[in-house]
Amino acid sequence: MKEAVHIGPHPSSKPDLQQLVHEAALGDQDAFAAVYDAVSGPVLGVVRAVLRDRAQSEEVAQDVLVEVWRTAPRYRPELGTAINWILTLAHRRAVDRVRSVEAAAARDTKAALLDRTPEYDEVTEQVETRLEQEQVRRCLRTLTDLQRQAVTLAYYRGLTYRQVAESLSLPLGTVKTRLRDGLIRLRDCLGVTA
Amino acid sequence: MTIIDPHTLTGAYALHALSDEERAAVDRHLADCAACAQEVEEFGATAARLALAASTPARPAMREQVLQRITTVRQTPPADTTPMRAGRALRGGAVRWALAACIAAAAALGGTTWWQYGNAQDARQQAAQAQRQADEVAGVLSAPDARTRSAKIAGGAGTLVVSAARDRAVFVTSDMPAPPRGKVYQLWFDVDGTMRSAGLMSPDRASQTVLMTGATHDASGVGITVEPAGGSRQPTSKPVALLSMPA
Ligand SMILES: [Zn+2]
Repeated sequence: MKEAVHIGPHPSSKPDLQQLVHEAALGDQDAFAAVYDAVSGPVLGVVRAVLRDRAQSEEVAQDVLVEVWRTAPRYRPELGTAINWILTLAHRRAVDRVRSVEAAAARDTKAALLDRTPEYDEVTEQVETRLEQEQVRRCLRTLTDLQRQAVTLAYYRGLTYRQVAESLSLPLGTVKTRLRDGLIRLRDCLGVTA
Repeated sequence: MTIIDPHTLTGAYALHALSDEERAAVDRHLADCAACAQEVEEFGATAARLALAASTPARPAMREQVLQRITTVRQTPPADTTPMRAGRALRGGAVRWALAACIAAAAALGGTTWWQYGNAQDARQQAAQAQRQADEVAGVLSAPDARTRSAKIAGGAGTLVVSAARDRAVFVTSDMPAPPRGKVYQLWFDVDGTMRSAGLMSPDRASQTVLMTGATHDASGVGITVEPAGGSRQPTSKPVALLSMPA
């Protein structure tokens, strides 16, 4: 009855990670090493998508992973899966970094922004990851062009919705709406449950 | 700055695409609005899938560095470790149920925790949500004595609504992932450690309300398992969730 365990829509949310995080929260460094092995790829991937720079991305990804260790005792499974917690943290820290850099420097031009497409070709050899990616790609294609551009710029480039509006020359309200219904469509296509 | 309407900002919020001011406004709103809170949670899970798709292997040296760093980093203590009284009762029931199910199971699984119970704070949160759902269900059942109990189920949520006066129960689910192909979710009453089928859930609806088959007065709990299409006479797999009957 093995399949009963893998009820979740994708294997990355399999419960072992919850358990490993729980054990890491109790100070188990070996458990944390296993957490690292499970999440370092996606953590580095999302940070790098946002930051682009390799060295800076590694630095932020490392900080995120150490923060996972440090705050694991505060992780609450009933508020979301461990992978969601970790990847939300990773994206947040990447965005924090990009905005702090931004505060001192002028913003990229629209053309440059649109040129920065996600590094979809940078995938691991893992079959799981490859499947995940194909599904995400397929589902992103079900979005309208505006939805996809808005979601992609916001998430993979770490733009605020105001910056998305500027780069796409759209009204703020339109971007808010596109982000929301883009995510709704993506959520339904991916079969995501919180 | 114009007035912020948090309902329209859930997408931008989940993608970290808000200013600090707007983010704070949405945070305040989420404390009071279950619909937006759920949407944000689902969007967060959706965003995590975008992160997974961007996965890229890290250098082996990074692993060494991180594992070295954590040896000198002190962990933060848990925020709230108060155990939930109902949670303890559930665990006792869970063990009993799991044992019964294992006897019937063709193969048993070890080592993984696949249901989760909240702490006291989340129990209150869940109870509040359960109460909201119960209001709708009570409309169907017209039962002023309806009692509820909630649990996370396979990534979704389930709420058991029982009316002792009517001797009936309703099971309300939201956002349950589809069962594996050719399988269904089956509901059970725990009657003195024996599982009595209480009906099947529709395999193709993530959120549904099921009137459970049979009386409730002799049941001490409700469980849900994944079974072959058409259901089973006895559970053939470990339960994906267990709830004791609400007091
Ligand atoms: Zn709301």
